[in-house]
Amino acid sequence: MTDQQTRENYPAVAKEKFQFVSDKEIIFDEVPKTKARGYFGDALLRFQKNRSSVVAAWILLFLVLFALLAPIVSPYSVKDQDKTYTNYPAYIPFFGERGMSLFGGARIYDSQNDASMLFWRGIAEETGKDPVIKTIKTHETPTRRRGEEVTRYTYDIKINAYYALGIVYKVFTYDEFARIEEWQNETGIQVIYPYVYPGDISNIRNNPNLWYQVDEKGVAKLDENGAFIPVYADQKEDEGVPYDSLRIKGDDGSYIYSMKKSGAVQCRVDYYNYYHYLNGREPFYIFGTSAMGMDLFSAIGYGARFSLLFAVLVAAINMAIGILYGSVQGYYGGAVDMVLDRIADILAGMPFIIVATLFQIHLAQKVGVVWSFLFAFVLTGWISIAALTRKQFYRFKSLEFVLAARTLGASDKRLMFKHILPNAAGTLITSCALVIPAVIGSETSLSYLGIVDLSSLTGTTLGTLLSQGSATATTAPHTILWPSIFLGLLMISFNLFGNGLRDAFNPTTRGTDDE
Amino acid sequence: MIKYTLQRIFYMILVFIIIMLMCFVLVRMLPLPVLPPDDPHTQVVEMRREAMGYNEPYLVQFWIYVKGIVTHFDWGISDKLYFGQDVWSIFKEKLPATVIVNLYSILLSIPIGIFFGILAALKKNTWVDYTISTLTMVVISVPSFVYAFLIQYLLCYRLQLFPFVMESGTDWLSPSMLRSMAPAVLALSFGVIAGFTRTTRAELTEVLTSDYMLLARVKGLTVTQATVRHAMRNCFVVIVPAIFGEFLGILGGSLIIEKIFGIPGVGSLTLNAINGPDYNLFMLSTAFYTAIGLAAGLVVDISYGFLDPRIRMGAEK
Repeated sequence: MTDQQTRENYPAVAKEKFQFVSDKEIIFDEVPKTKARGYFGDALLRFQKNRSSVVAAWILLFLVLFALLAPIVSPYSVKDQDKTYTNYPAYIPFFGERGMSLFGGARIYDSQNDASMLFWRGIAEETGKDPVIKTIKTHETPTRRRGEEVTRYTYDIKINAYYALGIVYKVFTYDEFARIEEWQNETGIQVIYPYVYPGDISNIRNNPNLWYQVDEKGVAKLDENGAFIPVYADQKEDEGVPYDSLRIKGDDGSYIYSMKKSGAVQCRVDYYNYYHYLNGREPFYIFGTSAMGMDLFSAIGYGARFSLLFAVLVAAINMAIGILYGSVQGYYGGAVDMVLDRIADILAGMPFIIVATLFQIHLAQKVGVVWSFLFAFVLTGWISIAALTRKQFYRFKSLEFVLAARTLGASDKRLMFKHILPNAAGTLITSCALVIPAVIGSETSLSYLGIVDLSSLTGTTLGTLLSQGSATATTAPHTILWPSIFLGLLMISFNLFGNGLRDAFNPTTRGTDDE
Repeated sequence: MIKYTLQRIFYMILVFIIIMLMCFVLVRMLPLPVLPPDDPHTQVVEMRREAMGYNEPYLVQFWIYVKGIVTHFDWGISDKLYFGQDVWSIFKEKLPATVIVNLYSILLSIPIGIFFGILAALKKNTWVDYTISTLTMVVISVPSFVYAFLIQYLLCYRLQLFPFVMESGTDWLSPSMLRSMAPAVLALSFGVIAGFTRTTRAELTEVLTSDYMLLARVKGLTVTQATVRHAMRNCFVVIVPAIFGEFLGILGGSLIIEKIFGIPGVGSLTLNAINGPDYNLFMLSTAFYTAIGLAAGLVVDISYGFLDPRIRMGAEK
């Protein structure tokens, strides 16, 4: 606008109405009163607005804390593997004693007939711990037997698996036996129960829970009052070592508590109390036990620790290689780009399972399972990040600010890493967040398939737990439930978190799902 | 376009040969399995090894290997799992099971996936969209074997609708066979459905907001007409190549699903070859999976070019 035009447009304003703001003092630029917000601060603000990602971030934090703390909080370590309590349901003594099914080691047993009900009663009477939590349902089936109408009853019951185990046979050295006796005297908890001759229980040798007269099928014979008829051994000449400790009710001192066994003694042992003696505490498994008899709660923690650490390590190495490779590719372009791209293509074409297997066969013995597995991940993992970096470099390298920096004499290195790379940082950080769940997923799959076995080194991994659990998924669903839930939550929240990060760093691509 | 296609095919074969060479050398570097001393097959296998050039340099060995494949399609002989049998004929027997199961799964899931994707895109930012998107997110995140276990536990064990493992035999269309395949098909479908839902939704939402859709509406087309004739067509530029890629991918199958549901397919064969180890079988699996991966990428790229002229132009660079 020329002066002429201005005057024509605003004819009404008289010249006198204008006045100087200040004609005496010099005006300086003011320092901004609000705080400047950087790129990352801006991204953080946008991230916080995305509610699902924030929730995912909290869940993620919780899972990571679980992985860190569960093995510390739990009294069990990876080495604590109880060979008897394998695939046992969740149990906390407090709930078990009060006959609750939740956390009471409950298992459901279908169609138990009267004979098996008697068997449970036998355990309850001897050990004082009743395995039957609750009768869910009673079935009546009328049948004809020898011309008579008989009603047969069967029951669906809930059983406390820990109590139902009852008595087991154990062989002890004399020292061990003496120690148990001592422990019994101190605590008043009875571990060793009187011996029973197989001859008195119809030669049944594989059922230590029988202490009463039975027929050849192992069904209890009752006296006229409906009570069991005890057949405890009392031949003093067979006794392994003299017993001087707690005795069961009704014992006048004649029962023997151990059996001679060359250089050792064989006893009937209440396994629940024996466990108490061995570990100094009653069984306490919040999530139950795994197929190896590990506490599932701490095993998941150990497994997740390893998986997370491994994934972060892989992601970090892949980032480093990928960024370097992609930067060179994208910055120099032309022939360099083409040659490097072909190399990446060849590596990308190799199926991951084949790479993992070959590395496993060739390197596992030399550098260890974990490292060879790491190499397998690194070999192909960086390619996607390199491609991403390359794309970003192509996008930024012809922009004015790069030209300006080059004109000022900046070196290639400075241009690449000081001027272009920071612009790509957001995209790369995001892709890193999405690499981690992918690594965890593959690691779990390959462990499950049995191609890699990392458990020898780390104790256990989520994949190992899943593969052990899958064998018993029907009889002990908890062994696969908890690792699955943990893994599922971890993957979902990682992905949501990653998507949130991407939206926060690149607001323009919000809602689209590429890369 | 033809020149570009031929170029890509040539290039793919080159990459394939290089990968095979690398794997071949790595496999040949491994110690050979010890043969039972007094087995009548032992002599045969030893002579075969000699013929395969085990004492020659690796490149000569590779040349012998390639020559055998090219001239009479001889992939070698199994020396561990199927003692003395031709590897290719074993492989051929296993292929149908994998293909059938995956084919059913794709035929089932692609229409469902596209349907949900369209639904979510049309009802964008309503509860329908949120529900579908969340479920898609969950299914894509959770590893496939987790819901495979879920299916096995609920449908096979609790409800006893299906048997635990797939029936053996080659009677692919009999009702009992279909029934025994169902859980595996279902487990495979989840991932495919979720993938297609996500792609369709993302593509369609973008297309629906573009200017030509506005123009179509201004011209007087109804929402349905505009969506079906203009939006859907453009959106299929992305979806159709994905379908092609998926169809090639079915040959590969899923190792995990095959293991869980006991499908006597290529995946289980590969796993056995790895655990055996049976080197010739392993090499064949490697070739197979590599070829499928490369071919799927190629088909997707080329079909993009055929469907969308704009992308075709890009091929010139």
